[in-house]
Amino acid sequence: MPGNVATGMSRRGVLRRTGLALAGVSAASQTARSGSASAAESDAPPSMLEQGAPVTDNPYGVPSVFEKAVVRIPGGKPPFPTAAHMLTPLQDMHGIITPNGLHYVRDHGGTPAIDPDRHRLLVHGMVDRPLSFGMDDLMRFPSVSRVHFLECSGNTPLYKSGKPEWSVQMTHGLLSCAEWTGVRLADVLAEAGLKPGATWMLAEGADAAAMTRSIPVAKALDDAILAYAQNGERLRPEQGYPLRLFLPGYEGNTSVKWLHRLKLGDQPFQTREETSKYSSLMPDGTARQFNFTMEVKSVITQPSPGHGPRGSGFCEITGLAWSGHGRIVRVEVSTDNGATWRDAVLQDPVLSKCLTRFRLPWTWDGGAAMLQSRATDETGAVQPTRDKLLAARGANYFYHYNAITTWRMAPAGEMTLAL
Amino acid sequence: MHSRIALLASIGAIALGSIGFGLAAAAEPPSPLGFGRPATPAEIAAADIDVRADGAGLPPGRGSVTDGAALFASSCSACHGEQGQKPVAGSPRLMGGLGTLATPKPVKTVGSYWPYATTLFDYIRRAMPFQAPGSLSDDQVYALTAYVLRLNGIVPDAAVLDAATLPKVRMPNRDGFVRNPNG
Ligand code: HEC
Repeated sequence: MPGNVATGMSRRGVLRRTGLALAGVSAASQTARSGSASAAESDAPPSMLEQGAPVTDNPYGVPSVFEKAVVRIPGGKPPFPTAAHMLTPLQDMHGIITPNGLHYVRDHGGTPAIDPDRHRLLVHGMVDRPLSFGMDDLMRFPSVSRVHFLECSGNTPLYKSGKPEWSVQMTHGLLSCAEWTGVRLADVLAEAGLKPGATWMLAEGADAAAMTRSIPVAKALDDAILAYAQNGERLRPEQGYPLRLFLPGYEGNTSVKWLHRLKLGDQPFQTREETSKYSSLMPDGTARQFNFTMEVKSVITQPSPGHGPRGSGFCEITGLAWSGHGRIVRVEVSTDNGATWRDAVLQDPVLSKCLTRFRLPWTWDGGAAMLQSRATDETGAVQPTRDKLLAARGANYFYHYNAITTWRMAPAGEMTLAL
Repeated sequence: MHSRIALLASIGAIALGSIGFGLAAAAEPPSPLGFGRPATPAEIAAADIDVRADGAGLPPGRGSVTDGAALFASSCSACHGEQGQKPVAGSPRLMGGLGTLATPKPVKTVGSYWPYATTLFDYIRRAMPFQAPGSLSDDQVYALTAYVLRLNGIVPDAAVLDAATLPKVRMPNRDGFVRNPNG
């Protein structure tokens, strides 16, 4: 396009706009709308020919109207919509941060609306001083902000099978990442004073499920946060407003939302959510319990099913890697079903227990391909193949699936899940 | 605030020397920041609803299989199915499944999978009936617990459960759980 490259405005556009400015604002908008000769001749973008929306229209901004398709979706129509989940559209996410409105959700009894002025946290059990904190009390503690992923233990339900048409949102969308701000749980527990022998902590939510999990005190004192904010604003209701427990690297349900009670004890409490649910069957029929840490894992988010390349030639392969055990140190990518691997570039920042963005420049020859990514974390743990994972756990394990995922690419560029 | 009380108390203790005023309060180690307020015994009792595997936390009260059967028919079977059979979609099956845990299609229920009977009391009391959690009396929860255990053949028809008898109920899969060593 000829003209002013820096502003993308043609010389004729500049002249026309200058003239209109002199003619006055109302005349300008009339001219633009009536499609007069000067407007028709203009090759400026339509957005340059009239005033945009008032700056004051959106006290709380919303995404562009052209991004309406980028939303959370449920995995299917839930029979009980309050005991259900919504998946993050990972294929449309850039960088590592999940916008608050797109963070995945898993509720067991719906999202309550809790008035922060009436919300209290009770700390009792094996403590020297049982205490009750209002939100104002909690916000007086020294604050911390940390960027961490949160992943549901049921993410990637591929132990038995998966559907070829499943997008990365369907397979991996119970995964999000945010900057969480709150106070160190260790500081709050120090106020109450732990009694010797207090090794477990029951965390209870103020929702209709009174969601309850037993947490090792060692974790509570290590890096647990009582979070009241997420990506710079107070928690969203569906993330536990006004207060949630946040346990970096642990399976999502342990980061109890709408937190209102912590009880210290000397043994796990054996709640329904750590016996009947969130426990895993081994091939011999025994169940593994307290499977807290989310293991090393990665997935290619672009190209991916439903989001294949637009043509042969250069195609950046990008995705996310994470581990509940610490930092990601390496991500390898294969385009030939694991026969050969190339190191992907890890995008800074690479943080502990946080999503890491990886990228690999690739030239697609227009033929069939099988895309895989394989992550390694700082403990040396390498993401397993599906065969290896199934050999170790069997197909009834259900939770904590972290195997390498394969996207099949047909010569036309159509992409499907190949498990 | 509580630390200020402790501080005043300890000043009092020093000032009064051997008279002994405030000694109990002074013996309590002070909290580092003094945020929050002491929780009252009444508010702890009201919130302290959890029941541990060994039965710690079970309230007074009792309930029979017979009472539980009537309650289940009126409050639970709409979702969980008559006599726990044929639940509606999304509502878990509460009975059966014994011997399936090591098969390709395990059926995990209270009867086949749950390691502790006390958990049943805890969960029904905190979360059921789904549309009205917290609406049952402790006697009703004991009765429903007894009935669901009866559905699974774990207690006899004549069973009446309370804080003493419920923890003694041995679940078929009691020894089926292992703590993940890498958790
Ligand atoms: C409106 C439907 C509905 C009614 C009525 C209902 N439930 Fe439930 N129940 C559910 C749903 C849904 C779940 C699963 C909730 C979840 O997983 O978060 C559930 C879970 C349970 C579980 C746990 C099962 C497991 O294996 O983990 C038990 C026990 C239970 N209900 C007992 C009862 C009892 C006793 C009553 C009657 C007082 C009752 N329910 C009434 C819908 C219902």
